Amino acid sequence: MSAIANLALQGTLLGGYYALLASGLSFLFGVMRIINLAHGSLAVVAGYALWFLAERLGIGPFVGILVVMPLMGLLGWILHRIIFERSMRAGDLVPILSTFGLATVADNVMFQKFGADTRSLAPYIDTFAYDSWQLPGDLYIGQLSVLVFGLAVVVLGGLHLLLARTSLGRQIRAAAEDPEAALLTGIDTRRIYGIATAIAVMTVALAGMALGMRATFDPYGGSQQLVFAFEAVVIGGAGSLWGTLVGGVVLGIAQSIGAQLNPQGFLIAGHAVFLVVLVARLYASDRLAGILRALRARTG
Amino acid sequence: MNPMQTSVHRWTRLSMTSVGIVLAAQAVLVAAPWLLDANAVDRLTTLFIYGILALMWNCLAGYGGLVSVGQQAFFGLGAYAAVRLAHAGLSVYPALLVAALLVAAVAVPIGLFMLRLRAGEFAIGMWVVAELAHLLVNLDQLVQGETGTSLIELNAYPADSRRALTYWAALAAMVGLAWLVFALLRGRLGSAVQAIRDNEDAAASVGVQVTAAKRTIFILSAFGCAAAGALWVATTISFQPKTYFSVQWTAYMIFMVLVGGIGTFEGPIIGAVLFFLVETFFGASGVWYMIGLGATALAFALLLPRGIWGTVERRFGIRLLPVGYFLTSRK
Repeated sequence: MSAIANLALQGTLLGGYYALLASGLSFLFGVMRIINLAHGSLAVVAGYALWFLAERLGIGPFVGILVVMPLMGLLGWILHRIIFERSMRAGDLVPILSTFGLATVADNVMFQKFGADTRSLAPYIDTFAYDSWQLPGDLYIGQLSVLVFGLAVVVLGGLHLLLARTSLGRQIRAAAEDPEAALLTGIDTRRIYGIATAIAVMTVALAGMALGMRATFDPYGGSQQLVFAFEAVVIGGAGSLWGTLVGGVVLGIAQSIGAQLNPQGFLIAGHAVFLVVLVARLYASDRLAGILRALRARTG
Repeated sequence: MNPMQTSVHRWTRLSMTSVGIVLAAQAVLVAAPWLLDANAVDRLTTLFIYGILALMWNCLAGYGGLVSVGQQAFFGLGAYAAVRLAHAGLSVYPALLVAALLVAAVAVPIGLFMLRLRAGEFAIGMWVVAELAHLLVNLDQLVQGETGTSLIELNAYPADSRRALTYWAALAAMVGLAWLVFALLRGRLGSAVQAIRDNEDAAASVGVQVTAAKRTIFILSAFGCAAAGALWVATTISFQPKTYFSVQWTAYMIFMVLVGGIGTFEGPIIGAVLFFLVETFFGASGVWYMIGLGATALAFALLLPRGIWGTVERRFGIRLLPVGYFLTSRK
């Protein structure tokens, strides 16, 4: 019993990391309808930036993030100006190609700069990487995992509040719904998309920090992170922010269970759950469409 | 209404000449193992495999509107199936073809689901499929996880005849697939996929069977990529899952097709030759080479989305290998 409870707990906390990682991907997809294939690579870029600050300048990750987040935001704004904006205008295919090209460049530049060694931020946060609290029933939860989970909730909640309550959020929603109509009502969509990308990439900075603190990363680790983030988004339902949290948790629990079954089961179970959810959703939407058709035929 | 007299035609003097030249060149290439040294033959085999990958990825993205970043799934599975079949006692060279056919069969159910996804979702969904295929192949005892295995059955052939046979197999596969795509594009499927490429919704509204056309292309592309993977294992002999299921293959395919000209028939072939030359001269520079490839693909996507051949074709109105039509008014 306790083993199962432990599995569910650890899986859920792992899911918090995936939700944090996926929030930027989900947000950008919701606003601009593009899937940024460089998403995972950007998380690794943030990880290296924090590592660089800690290793070379002695600035710990918790302070370093205050520098790295605005820088990543700026990077996001620049990426929008030179890549995303032009790609979006050119149709559905170009954003995929251009962001894939960007990821290839980013991964290899990091390899050139930092070499093949895996890095971690864990050495720079004292014992926080493995400190844990004991719960009743012989359960332990890592303090870092709880922090990351909390961060995910704060980021997703923050994005939700931003969209629902603020004037900027209204403009973002308008631009997401219908860019041309938004432009007609005086919204500078170019500026809005730039800000949205900056916000998304700032959340990626937080994800990069979490990645580095709880595990190791290397220059080519971005693609794996992208796949995790994408799986969390799709499992939770694309474009829904709270769905992303659910998706992350489902992915985390599936991986934790898989890891118990086979050394390779960790990844296999995650991918399998993703595909099962995908197929189930397609099947369900077919069924729903069929039922609606039948109803319409009867009433019409 | 005064109907203007027009004529529709495909063949021009230029395109007839170029098809003739291509046929002649292919005939000459058959003789290469007798004329060139071992290294040159190996390099040409590599070029043909790149050609297959470019053709197949272009088919998928350029005509089907399906950008996949997971075609390495079929490349890796093709190589794996070849190793498995040879291990089971099938003669090596027939095994390459059977492997590609098997993978095409596996692609049928995969396509059924993945083709329901759109744009970016399809792209990265295929990546997940590739990751999963990689992990499942690793579970096979024969493969021994990332350690990999080799196509040891090739040792039955002396080095020279092995080199020549693999060369001919690669040449046959590339030429066969190229003419197959050429024939398909000139037929009913060609009109359908070119309509889908230009505007999917409009194509569907005039009665194009969008899903059926996409499915055909998806399976063809899986077959071609699997054949390329099987041929690759026949040239390098060793099979390490990590190398074969690497997303780097997708980076190569995107580079070749984008630079050559996406959605044109000639483009990917030009792209493959360019990629081959770039690799020959800069491949040794490792990381910078990959940075250059990524940056070039990015630049072409943003600045010259038609690629080299697409731009030439548009500017000068020429088609060397005619898969479209010319409409001219008759005086």
